[in-house]
Amino acid sequence: MKRIYMDNNATTAVRAEVLEAMLPFYREQFGNPSSVHWAGRAVSGAVEKAREQVAKLINCSPAEIVFISCGSEGDNMSLKGTVDALRDKGDHIITTTVEHPAILETCKSLEKQGIRVTYLPVDHNGMLNLADLEAAITDKTILISVMWANNETGNLYPIEAIGAIARKYKVRFHTDAVQAVGKVPVDVQKAKVDLLVLSGHKIGAPKGVGAIYIRRGTRLTPFMHGGHQERNRRAGTHNVAGIVGLGVACELAGSHLGEDAARIRRLRDKLEQGIIGAVSEIKLNGHPDPDLRLPNTLNVSFAYIEGESLLLNFDMKGIAASSGSACTSGSLEPSHVMGAMCVDVVLAHSSTRFSLGIDNTEEEVDYVLEVLPPIVQRLREMSPLYNRTEPMTCEECQVIRKVH
Amino acid sequence: MYSDKVMDHFSNPRNVGEIENADGVGEVGNASCGDIMKIFLKVEDNVIKDVKFKTFGCGAAIATSSMVTEMAIGKTIEEALELTNAAVAEALDGLPAQKLHCSNLAADALHEAIRNYKEKQA
Repeated sequence: MKRIYMDNNATTAVRAEVLEAMLPFYREQFGNPSSVHWAGRAVSGAVEKAREQVAKLINCSPAEIVFISCGSEGDNMSLKGTVDALRDKGDHIITTTVEHPAILETCKSLEKQGIRVTYLPVDHNGMLNLADLEAAITDKTILISVMWANNETGNLYPIEAIGAIARKYKVRFHTDAVQAVGKVPVDVQKAKVDLLVLSGHKIGAPKGVGAIYIRRGTRLTPFMHGGHQERNRRAGTHNVAGIVGLGVACELAGSHLGEDAARIRRLRDKLEQGIIGAVSEIKLNGHPDPDLRLPNTLNVSFAYIEGESLLLNFDMKGIAASSGSACTSGSLEPSHVMGAMCVDVVLAHSSTRFSLGIDNTEEEVDYVLEVLPPIVQRLREMSPLYNRTEPMTCEECQVIRKVH
Repeated sequence: MYSDKVMDHFSNPRNVGEIENADGVGEVGNASCGDIMKIFLKVEDNVIKDVKFKTFGCGAAIATSSMVTEMAIGKTIEEALELTNAAVAEALDGLPAQKLHCSNLAADALHEAIRNYKEKQA
């Protein structure tokens, strides 16, 4: 059976060049970069080289990069570290209703400690109103946190405009750029961000490594206490092989960014147009203008059917995608992103995300377009909501508005 | 995640469809939970002669719907009322823990259809 992976926003395969670069750091060059002896010296240069590679991709100084274990760590560190460092200045954070749980759950935890959080709403396309953002800023606002790109819809947020607003009011600006880095150009100077988080496994590096950009002069209380690694900003022995892999992945992403994005974009557009052309009663989730979404992401809902059933059917045909249905989110409610966009609850349960990557081919897109319509039709014919003559009850047709 | 039996009933569901002029129809669940099950009954001499279902829901919802139709056909109304959601899950060699609450409603849908049948009889 064919195996087609279209879930690259969840994770990516480690790139061959990345793995090759990493391998020596498990056996021959196993030292701890904090050690002064030959074994340590042999690897500390590799960590610093990786720091330069990461810094170059997002246009900052290597000294502003701190290696961490994952995106969630970076988001926790940015929010909690800011609150701790700036508590005397204020107690208010502004974020959005469509952030990753690493932000939303951290905010909930901070609210329990007395921090006030404004969750900016989005419109039905999932976009922010920057006037709302500006209006929410008070003299107690210590942080604005807005993701660069949304993991479910691929929506790109106007980070440069938000950075300008943050600068105008002298408020610190953090962005979770886990889905954006390596897919679209990310420049921390242009965007005027103070804190940016990226993750290795989304861009062909292994799981368990990421980085946070901390603009020079930004006071941030460490999240992990211990040794003096990372100039006292993040304790813990360096994940040397992972860091080396992250560096190589960033270099590869930077050197092929334009051509990879254009090729993936063509495949995504073909998939999008193909589905829209072949299946009726569907809804594109996210901004209708593909330029305002990540080039690799397509999120679409198929009326009358449920997401997990779709994914299981796709899986039987070898296709890996993901869904915003409650069954796959591990909760009783469908995706909070679909909820924030006021997507009808039945459509939210069927929201299906295809996120393409560098390994996808046109043949794979053709195959998905071939097997998808009959799967949707079969599930629809099994659904009591399809071709229904009697009206839906209020409970059935309710729109979910609850976000938290 | 799912047993082979669940996957068998999910990929080849038995008794999908509707019964015209059904003797009883029952529907349970709601869209916000992501599961709606509708069961149609044909009853002759107090015995369930045919059952069909339509389900909007996840793999467990479709598999339990399919299984309950197989279990109910041939049973008397009284016997069918004794079928439980737990028995349906057991017949499928179990369901993942998180599915036992949200998607294991097939016996409820059957009972709802029987209630509708009895109402029509009365």
